[in-house]
Amino acid sequence: MKYYRSHVLVCVDPDCLHRGAHEALDAFQDELVAQGLIDEVQVLETSRIGACSQGPEMMVYPEGVHYAGYTVDDIPFIVEEHFLKGRVAKKFELPAETAIDEELSAPTPKEMRVVLRNCGQIDPENIEDYIAENGYMGLAKALTSMTPEQVIDEVLASGLRGRGGAGFPTARKWQFCRASAGQVKYVICNADEGDPGAFMNRRVLEGDPHAVIEGMIIAAYAIGSSQGYVYCRAEYPIAVQTLNIAIEQARAMGFLGQNILGTDFSFDLEVRMGAGAFVCGEETALMASIEGKRGEPRPRPPFPAVSGLWAKPSNVNNVETYANVPQIITNGAAWYAGFGTEKSKGTKTFALAGDVKHTGLIEVPFGLSLREVVFDVGGGIKDDKGFKAIQTGGPMGGCLPEAYLDLPVDYESLTAAGSMMGSGGLVVMDDETCMVDIARFFMEFTQEESCGKCTPCRVGTKRILEILDRICGGEGREGDIELLETLCEQIKQDSLCGLGQGAPTPVVSTLKHFRDEYEIHIREKRCPAKVCKALIRYEILPEFCTGCTVCARNCPTAAITGERRQTHLIDVDTCIRCGICMQVCNFNAIVIR
Amino acid sequence: MTIATIDGKVVLEAVNKAVEEHGATIDELIPILNDVNRTLGYLPANALDEISRRLRVPKSQLFSVSSFYRMFSTKPRGKHVVQFCESAPCHVVGGRQVWASLLDHLKIGPGETSPDGNWTLITTSCLGVCGVGPVIIIDDDIYGNVAPDQIAEILARYSETRE
Repeated sequence: MKYYRSHVLVCVDPDCLHRGAHEALDAFQDELVAQGLIDEVQVLETSRIGACSQGPEMMVYPEGVHYAGYTVDDIPFIVEEHFLKGRVAKKFELPAETAIDEELSAPTPKEMRVVLRNCGQIDPENIEDYIAENGYMGLAKALTSMTPEQVIDEVLASGLRGRGGAGFPTARKWQFCRASAGQVKYVICNADEGDPGAFMNRRVLEGDPHAVIEGMIIAAYAIGSSQGYVYCRAEYPIAVQTLNIAIEQARAMGFLGQNILGTDFSFDLEVRMGAGAFVCGEETALMASIEGKRGEPRPRPPFPAVSGLWAKPSNVNNVETYANVPQIITNGAAWYAGFGTEKSKGTKTFALAGDVKHTGLIEVPFGLSLREVVFDVGGGIKDDKGFKAIQTGGPMGGCLPEAYLDLPVDYESLTAAGSMMGSGGLVVMDDETCMVDIARFFMEFTQEESCGKCTPCRVGTKRILEILDRICGGEGREGDIELLETLCEQIKQDSLCGLGQGAPTPVVSTLKHFRDEYEIHIREKRCPAKVCKALIRYEILPEFCTGCTVCARNCPTAAITGERRQTHLIDVDTCIRCGICMQVCNFNAIVIR
Repeated sequence: MTIATIDGKVVLEAVNKAVEEHGATIDELIPILNDVNRTLGYLPANALDEISRRLRVPKSQLFSVSSFYRMFSTKPRGKHVVQFCESAPCHVVGGRQVWASLLDHLKIGPGETSPDGNWTLITTSCLGVCGVGPVIIIDDDIYGNVAPDQIAEILARYSETRE
């Protein structure tokens, strides 16, 4: 490989493209040629490196200087200052603290990056960048010095478990599929990352697609498969595009196709797009969707390892699971097993969202406590409010209160606490959150996403939602809580797939940890967090009201009356509780009761 | 509905292009439907008829698939499609107020198309850009960190380019 003294990474995320990233790239190349520096400085495209609000942004390595806020006309100046004179062009340098990637910032001390190691660091559209970071080393090692059985043993020894949420040992799945009879077998990557708030897989696909591809090729070798599919949701158009480019480049380099790396092993890969159906993240529904059918799950067994896509043995793993594999093979099982807890090895990526200071992606070794995740990695609660709950495991996960903050993050502990690992969404809620409203909200989601095939899920989620709607609407009745509990239990027991079985979890967990809030909603017709509209009313405090008429003029339903310089009054029956008056009042005279 | 029915020739062209690109096999059905839905804005009955003929797939199966996935529409959609992310991360950072503002400005409900055929309002599942919620998408443009009082200004950008 050619040696360059500097590397310039220009962000080509949609925002930066919009602000002229391609023009900047061209201008940079031209200026480097003009200054005779083109053999010393390499210009590369990369995924998001910053907030992109002052794009096109760029990073200069090895110095790690972050430039933004310049125009094409400023590029000669930057080239002269930085690359000719060797000093930072201060005018356009972003100070380290403002140069934050909103999705993925520099790792905090408690983090450990295995899956996300290359994201934002390399050009995802250039396979050589990946190779320079020891990419495809694991594949070379597996194909040339290991038997398929040895590959499976190595992954088994690493303790890698399914990162899609269920946590099934990855190597066991591979063993089953390998042992299944038949010549034709499929390797499938589940990139249907549908959990609201979870975007770890999207970032890996967009930032380091070759890691996933390499993991899939290694899995195919271990299982004995010659064809693979990546099933990616249609909501991720950039991920699909990046993947297709990466697959083409891998093919051109001989990592995909016939006789990979000169061995007699052949394997190829195709991307399939979904069309907007959450349930397709369930593996049997996903395979039905690849076959061109409605994405409805079917009962298991038979498991995909025996009869999967087109009734052939198939291995389905999540994006993150595959992305771990190359490094396990390259660095050895013992290295990987060195992170995490006894039963949950390695690291896990999470998407931190909600009322936490630093939202975005993190990757931590298993075993860190929820408190460390929320307060050390996440920086604590936004606006210095109090912590109320954290929801783990996505829409089918549970809400855990403060008492559980010292729980270690691993598969078993979260399940024992009544939640689950899930794919890695973490939604933090502050003390102004209504837990009944949150339960209702998640139920609305699962009810809508229920595919309708089995009755407990289709009808049961609807009934739960109706009860929760009633409670939030101020019409809760005695016995509702018990009815909810019965329904939840039945849906959990009798549903066909993970969606239905998990759907009641948000309700069950909030009933367990925040039962008093349900009781207050039902018995006192009051929403303690002042969120449920039917249970609150807006009032004007006479001692603060100056009679400025701003609220009355902004009220969409003319519910506020009062003369100028006189205390105003809100009519409870006309008020639609939109909250506009409270936002526009300059004297904090409007309160929620 | 003032939206004109799409010309049969245009429908045929869209189907031809999609089938040629992906191949006339059942496992390419969803990519084909995706392309046609994108080109025409929805999946008109005559498009489904043509796909059924070309792929030798029963119409019943085509309807079952096209009515299942959220991104496919069997009804005409407005000139501009506004998608609102209704997921939890957007919900907890003020999505509810943005939704109210959208309803208020567009004067249509979820899944509805405005009488003048300009707007369709739908909800979408998580788009994975939760770091900048609340999020809305208009046609192919993503807007993050949306505040309720920005809705009027954002929508106006599309009204201007309407004609």
